[in-house]
Amino acid sequence: MKFALFIGCNIPARLEQYESSARAILNKLGVKLADIKEFNCCGYPLQNIDFKAFVLASARNLALAEKRNLNVMALCKCCFGSLKKADFLMKENASLKKEINAILEKEGLKYEGNAEIKHLLYVLYHDVSVLHIEKKVIRPFIDLNIATHYGCHVLRPSKVVQFDNPVSPSIFDKLVEVTGANSIDWPTKLECCGAPLWGVNDDLSRDLTEKKLRDGKKSGADYLCTACPYCQIQFDTVQSMIAAKGDDNFQLPSLLYPQLLGLSMGIDKKSLGLQMNRLSLGGIEDFFGSDGKADLKEF
Amino acid sequence: MLIITYFALAVFGLGVAYKVSTWFRYYIDINTGEISLSTRIFAAIKGMISTLFSMKIFTLLKVFILDVLLQVRTLREDFLRWFMHICIYVGFMLLLLMHALDKSITSELFPDYFSTINPFMFLRDLFGVLVILGLLIAVYRRFFLRIPRLMTNSADNYAIIIVAVIIFSGIILEGTKITSHSKFQQMVEDYYQLDDQEELKSLEAYWITNYGVISPDLKGPFKANILALGEELNEGCVECHSRPKWAFAGYGFAKIISPVAPVLDKFNAPVLLWYIHFLVCLLGLAYLPFSKMFHIFSSPLSLLTNAAMDGEKSDPANIATRQIMELDACTHCGTCNSRCSVAVAYEAIPNMNILPSEKISSVKKLAAGKILSYKELRDIQEGIYLCTNCNRCTVVCPVGINLQDLWFNVREVLLKKGYPEFFALSPLSFYRGLRKKDGAQKDYQKPLGLARSAIVSKCELMGIPDKSLPLAPTDGKFQNNLGLSVQANTFSACFGCETCTTACPVVANYENPKEVLGLLPHQIMHAAGLGIQDLAFGSNMLWDCLTCYQCQERCPQGVGITDILYELKNLAVKNVKDKTSV
Repeated sequence: MKFALFIGCNIPARLEQYESSARAILNKLGVKLADIKEFNCCGYPLQNIDFKAFVLASARNLALAEKRNLNVMALCKCCFGSLKKADFLMKENASLKKEINAILEKEGLKYEGNAEIKHLLYVLYHDVSVLHIEKKVIRPFIDLNIATHYGCHVLRPSKVVQFDNPVSPSIFDKLVEVTGANSIDWPTKLECCGAPLWGVNDDLSRDLTEKKLRDGKKSGADYLCTACPYCQIQFDTVQSMIAAKGDDNFQLPSLLYPQLLGLSMGIDKKSLGLQMNRLSLGGIEDFFGSDGKADLKEF
Repeated sequence: MLIITYFALAVFGLGVAYKVSTWFRYYIDINTGEISLSTRIFAAIKGMISTLFSMKIFTLLKVFILDVLLQVRTLREDFLRWFMHICIYVGFMLLLLMHALDKSITSELFPDYFSTINPFMFLRDLFGVLVILGLLIAVYRRFFLRIPRLMTNSADNYAIIIVAVIIFSGIILEGTKITSHSKFQQMVEDYYQLDDQEELKSLEAYWITNYGVISPDLKGPFKANILALGEELNEGCVECHSRPKWAFAGYGFAKIISPVAPVLDKFNAPVLLWYIHFLVCLLGLAYLPFSKMFHIFSSPLSLLTNAAMDGEKSDPANIATRQIMELDACTHCGTCNSRCSVAVAYEAIPNMNILPSEKISSVKKLAAGKILSYKELRDIQEGIYLCTNCNRCTVVCPVGINLQDLWFNVREVLLKKGYPEFFALSPLSFYRGLRKKDGAQKDYQKPLGLARSAIVSKCELMGIPDKSLPLAPTDGKFQNNLGLSVQANTFSACFGCETCTTACPVVANYENPKEVLGLLPHQIMHAAGLGIQDLAFGSNMLWDCLTCYQCQERCPQGVGITDILYELKNLAVKNVKDKTSV
């Protein structure tokens, strides 16, 4: 099992712990990764202003992976959604594909649509399987309540992304539960984190983020869990910015899925980059089964 | 000649002084305009001294060896380019030290030094050929190898040409000198008072046979006894003259020109060529501070200062100075372009300023206070905004320029000028939002409002409070344009059930959504159905859309609502650009 790892733009610059933790768990699970350094932006941020630039950017990545006979695994849900969308559009629209290929040809690339695009969670659930992950979980959590945040661009539009059931998805919940944690029900589970508007309309973005945080907290979550840099930065960095302004009563730290899984697999905290999260995750280790405190909770 | 040399040196010195002065005089940071010149100079001196007397000296030493001398940063990116640069840089530097400065360096180190004996004679040609090899690779890379988005400008061409002319004129000079009969005669006169004509002829014959001299009247082959006598006499010359074949490049050239050598000699070619070689070197020296070659000084400085300074803790005065200095450190090598995350967008949006290397050129103009046209400023602003802030350019820059910080500063400076930037209304603003407190705090909202109002201002209907419109479709062309993606021409299937609006988390966020958002999603679909462009473009809803696809997922009619909103955004921006372009 080998994938071209698509880390996108945010992760190497602002969320290195996502890459390092993902590499650590994938390594333990036997998933091989190839790095294509020529990869560029997925095109997601260009969609608002220039459709063609967006498709071109995505297509170039897919052509690069195709050239090496590799499927793509994205860590970011917005990258995933954009690559999927561009792939879908070019498969539907032959003249668009031709137009894009005419540009790619200048640097010896060609998009044919042979590279499959998967998100990390999809790979873990379908290619690795929960059963296999379960065998590697050596320190299951007990009584840890996790609010799983699915993220929009991995679920919708379902016709294009085909990740999971868009109305009642379960992949992420099952992956959280394999660590021993509870994936709680919470009303705004499938709603947007607010990140797409951070920097564009901060008040609106903040309203949406706060709504989710409040909702998660009210539903009994100890932590939020994400698998997307935009969502994670929104719930971590932006939450700490909002909190710094002094009007918070809903602090709910967020961690990345590979950090959660990695902890239960016994991977060291440094590889998982726990110390790099803005909001402290302190106390999460209290939920390990072997810990006396956690045991007490159970009885 | 001495006067010209001093003149060149003076121009060079003044040029360097001028360049260095710009580092302290110019500024591009929004916050540093007020810092005075003397404060900046003083801060720089203080910074340098405190660095030199701290543990950082070891970091600097490491950077100097790895990044300046061995250029590991380039090696990590591209072996061919590293090899090319090492050839030119090692060859040229050694030529400079051993050959150009032989009187003050080589002779001091080696008392027996003569440019015409080995190993110096051989090494000189070896270094020269190394430079030529590097130059050939440079030409191959820039003009034959199709490296995507590698830009070549006149400064790059000048750099290649000046080095090539210096080296080739040197080799040609060497070749003509080898063949020169008059030079031979002059040397004999100066060092060897031979009165005997026969002895003179023997020595000449020996030099014709073994040293490549071409005589106008004597032709080989010569008798053994003549050569034997010549060899005996040559004993006095060997001390200073190795066989010229060791100077393989010049010797090769001598062989090529041998048929015309007497003519060249007659016209005093060696002297003429010496002047050319010498003057070209002086020209290169005098113009160096104003050419790309200035990077010989500025690039190591950029690497070292960036290694010594740590981001936020540094004195703002020094950051301002460093950022201007970095502009001079750029060698226009194009590494940033080849690794830039959004450089590919240049193929769809023909704005050179999308490419980091070209952005630098534009920022140089800005920093120097050049008057730029409205269009130029808009293009620079768009190019700088069209950046995902992925930091790759900074990570890969072979001379260590902190490009991302530079973009951040210039972005804020440009946004302050008050031209609408539409990319501000995209997720590209995410980073600006994260760095709110570092930017133009009080002007933070301004560009966002400006871009929106620029769009609304081109939608005439938005200015009419009570809109009563004819029912007939008003703009069929607009509807036809909504076809970039397959989903987007589905708006006509909308029957106004409002499921989209009910599902929208943005709509749900407001008590009175219409007041804030203008048209709501189902109304925008309806406006698109009726072909009322202005209403579709002018609504805040368009730019407040999260693109979470809740509406599209739930639409019972399969209308690609989110995708239609995407396309309306594209068209709205195009509409403004079309209407404002002169």
